[in-house]
Amino acid sequence: MAEAKEPNPEFTRKVIDAGGKTVNLCFQCGTCTGSCPSGRQTAFRVRKVVRRAQLGFEEDVLPSEDLWLCTTCYTCYERCPRGVEIVDIIMALRNMAVRKGYMAEPHRKVAELISKTGHLVSLRDEDKTLRGKLGLQATPPTVFSDPKALEEVKKIAALCGFDKLVAGGAK
Amino acid sequence: MAKYAFFLGCIMPLRYPGIESASREVFKSLGIELVDMQGASCCPAPGVMRSFDQTYWMTVAARNLAIAEKMGVDGVLTICNGCFDTLFEVAHKLNHDPELRKKINKILKDATGMEYNGTIAVRHFVELLYRDVGVEAIRAKVKGGKNLKAAVHYGCHFLKPSNIKKIDDAERPHVFDDIVEAAGMTSVPYKDKGTCCGAGGGVRARTPDVALKMTSENLKNMTAAGVDVIVDCCPFCHLQYDAGQVVLKEYKIPVLHLSQLLGLAFGLEKDKLGLEVHQTKVNL
Repeated sequence: MAEAKEPNPEFTRKVIDAGGKTVNLCFQCGTCTGSCPSGRQTAFRVRKVVRRAQLGFEEDVLPSEDLWLCTTCYTCYERCPRGVEIVDIIMALRNMAVRKGYMAEPHRKVAELISKTGHLVSLRDEDKTLRGKLGLQATPPTVFSDPKALEEVKKIAALCGFDKLVAGGAK
Repeated sequence: MAKYAFFLGCIMPLRYPGIESASREVFKSLGIELVDMQGASCCPAPGVMRSFDQTYWMTVAARNLAIAEKMGVDGVLTICNGCFDTLFEVAHKLNHDPELRKKINKILKDATGMEYNGTIAVRHFVELLYRDVGVEAIRAKVKGGKNLKAAVHYGCHFLKPSNIKKIDDAERPHVFDDIVEAAGMTSVPYKDKGTCCGAGGGVRARTPDVALKMTSENLKNMTAAGVDVIVDCCPFCHLQYDAGQVVLKEYKIPVLHLSQLLGLAFGLEKDKLGLEVHQTKVNL
């Protein structure tokens, strides 16, 4: 006989504290899943993610690939009849998952790029040439042309522990 | 003359600089001054960075907002839904939660000496064009261009979450369509208009095949409506449609950012629009 899992209110409390404050308002109608463009293409069911967060099923939700199939399009958030801030719940869960080391390598690389350069896209020689041709400053007037400004952004990463988080690598 | 801090972000200046030069020219011709934000960084992007660490995401955004606050401008202008989402949402959070603002400002001050004061308006260029410039003033600038059938793609983070952005109805919006029509095009309805391009939330980086499935469905619906061109208001959606069609192979619909479309309609020199770097050829 299958055994029912015990809810873990402690984990639900952590989700609420991390920004998912409306999680307990959900009554599982499924408007979110029915509205989800990602769920139309995959087995991702946003209603189930919210349910697992409500019940505190940490081990079902944090390592799950599903958590990362949300494009944060906010369609479910707009349509939810209970005003559940679904994207905020997903963001809270993702932040918790990353702290446990669940991060995909392509994401880690993007995060490392911004942590080191202040931008998430690289500046290549061909970009400078094209910018020059269009009459734009070859190197954009951002952290790319201001080493002191880049130091500030790096310092924020250090103070938040973001550089270490990203260097930790994928689980 | 209205004056805005011009927030560049990443994809526009580095992968589609034609969107940047078109934006600069279009706003100049409308009498709006754009001032560069020296030392600004990535917004940071709401997909991966907000997913990883919201404290870092908010503090870097607060730094960008603090730079704009010191510039004595009417607001900070974004031409990207992602940049708009991060800067608008972080400003909103910090303006409505004094404890959170204190926490973020402590890190920001330790790192930069600056603080976020809550004095800067965050503007999306489509909303600024609609509300401040007006559809009629745009129409008056149009010198030509073809009457093409346009699939207007709003993307997600321009209007949503609508409870804080308060720009237009998130389900049945019109502001962007009205501008495209003022520029001489016909905005055609298509099935599931308003659906995500597929790229957001880190999905493009982590599972590009899933992102492309969503893109492909939108392209199928746009094709069924017989459109000549896709018009977007976000360089990330722009990248997804432009590069995505090359991977998918079965579609060849030209993709224009609204700034490029207005550049064409206003009769700006075509070589200022950077259309030759588009991966899906633009023959308009």
